[in-house]
This record gives sequence, C-alpha cells and structure tokens, in this order.
Amino acid sequence: MATIEISCVEVWREISNYLDGDISPELRERMEAHFKACAHCTAVLDGTRNVVGLVGDGRLFQVPDGFSKRLYKKLPNHR
Amino acid sequence: MSMTGSQLRHDEAELIKRVRNGEREAFYELVHPYERMIYATAISVVKNAADAEEVAQDAVLKAFSGLANFRGESKFSTWLLQITYNEARMKLKKARPHLYESIDDQQQSEDGDFWPKDFADWRPIPSELLEQNEMRQAVQDAINSLIPVYREVLVLRDLQHLSIKETSTILGISEPNVKTRLHRARLQLRDCLAPGIDGFWIRRRPYRKVRSW
Repeated sequence: MATIEISCVEVWREISNYLDGDISPELRERMEAHFKACAHCTAVLDGTRNVVGLVGDGRLFQVPDGFSKRLYKKLPNHR
Repeated sequence: MSMTGSQLRHDEAELIKRVRNGEREAFYELVHPYERMIYATAISVVKNAADAEEVAQDAVLKAFSGLANFRGESKFSTWLLQITYNEARMKLKKARPHLYESIDDQQQSEDGDFWPKDFADWRPIPSELLEQNEMRQAVQDAINSLIPVYREVLVLRDLQHLSIKETSTILGISEPNVKTRLHRARLQLRDCLAPGIDGFWIRRRPYRKVRSW
C-alpha cells in the first residue's frame, strides 16, 4: 500500500514528537518517507536531534563548587 | 546495575520514615541524588547562580519541614522539584514583579505554529565540542534566550530527562501543553544554534547566531 504523502508543515509540527517516539506507526512511516525526499526537513530533524543531544549532555553545565555543602545550611540545627 | 522504579520508591519510603522519626542523616541521603536537578530547575527559572542557590536552599528547607505532607502520590523527586519550581517562581515574582506578569501573558499566547527559519544542513556535532567553554556558553546562552515557559519545559525534559507526565505535574500544566512548549523550545533552540550554510560552527561566529526571542 502506498504511503500517503505529508507536507513539510505537517512534518515540522511533529518533529519533536517524532524524536520522542510519541507518534503513531502510520505517521512515523509517512514522515520517514518524507525525510528521504526532503533535504530541508532532514536538516531540521538532524538539527533538532543535535540540540536535544547537546541540552541532555551532562557536561553542559556544572553545579557550583560547594553547592552540595551549602544546600542544607538553612535546615534547623544544621551542623 | 540500575535500580528499578519500585525498588527506588521503596528505599525512599524507608528513608522518609527515618526522617520522620528524627533521623537527620536520612534526609541528606534522600535528597542527595537530586541535588543537581534541584539546581538545574532553580536556575532555569531565576537564571543566575546566586539566586538559584538561594532558591535551592529554601526549597530543601521547605521539603524538610513539609515532609509530613508528602503522601507518595507522585515520586519524591517530582514533589521535590515541584517545591523547587514554586520557590523559584516566588523568588522571581518578588525580585521582578513586572517581568513575572509578562510571563503569565506569554502563557496565554500560544496559538499559531512555530516554523523553522534556517535550513542549513546540520550534521551530527562531535560531542567533544562540549568540552569547550565557548560551546557550552553558546548553548547556555541559547537556552537562556528562550522565553521562560519554553525554557522551563526544555530543562525538565531534555536536560533532566524527566517524563512528560512528571514535567506536567511539576509545572502544573497539561501534557499536551508540555509537548507543544517542548516542540517550540527545541525548534527555536535549533534556529539559535544552527550553523551557517557554510557549515562553520561557533568558533568562527561566536554567539552572533544566538538571537533573543
């Protein structure tokens, strides 16, 4: 059965859900067919995936030195 | 070896019991795994390190004195981050009441789609790039340039890897709302950070591409 085509606008709308695996198998198939044919949408997909990877990388930000020690200082009778 | 969710819940319930019986050490043990999350949540709202620390300390104090109210309906971490988030918003409200009102306005104007503006090919970036200070700074600046309601969702979901459900509980918004905001946050961030058509990354154009929204 042929995959029903999907527009760029519809693809953009679902890119985030696509990355989270939060779409129906039918929609996933239509989007994947679209990505194969559309360089623009592939660029948006790759870039968005990159961004999610960057933000989720543990090295992105560090907790300040001594944060853990100071965190509990307002507790009553904290030693 | 990873701990299963139910095992974790069980262990935390034990710790909570011990805290309620007056064992202070058990409280440190209970909160310790979430220290980084507390900080990340706080700074995503107040945006500076000093305020984030104060928010974190107040949140931990509230969690300690309010532990009797924790009924275990949500995960302990969700409850703790909810407190942190509320403390952070209160702090912001106190410091900048005007700005705070504008945040509430933003929440209402969520109709309309967000379209990507940049279609440069962006191949996977080598992850060692994050070892560079300027790279980390550029990503942080881009995150900070998002409007608060988008930034908060992005930080909970993509930085802290919380589920849609947890994010919705912490922020007090619906799950579809979490998805919409996350979608916009990601696409805007991509537009902020996408390399130019020539493929040059930030070393050649420090921060210029980071727009404010």
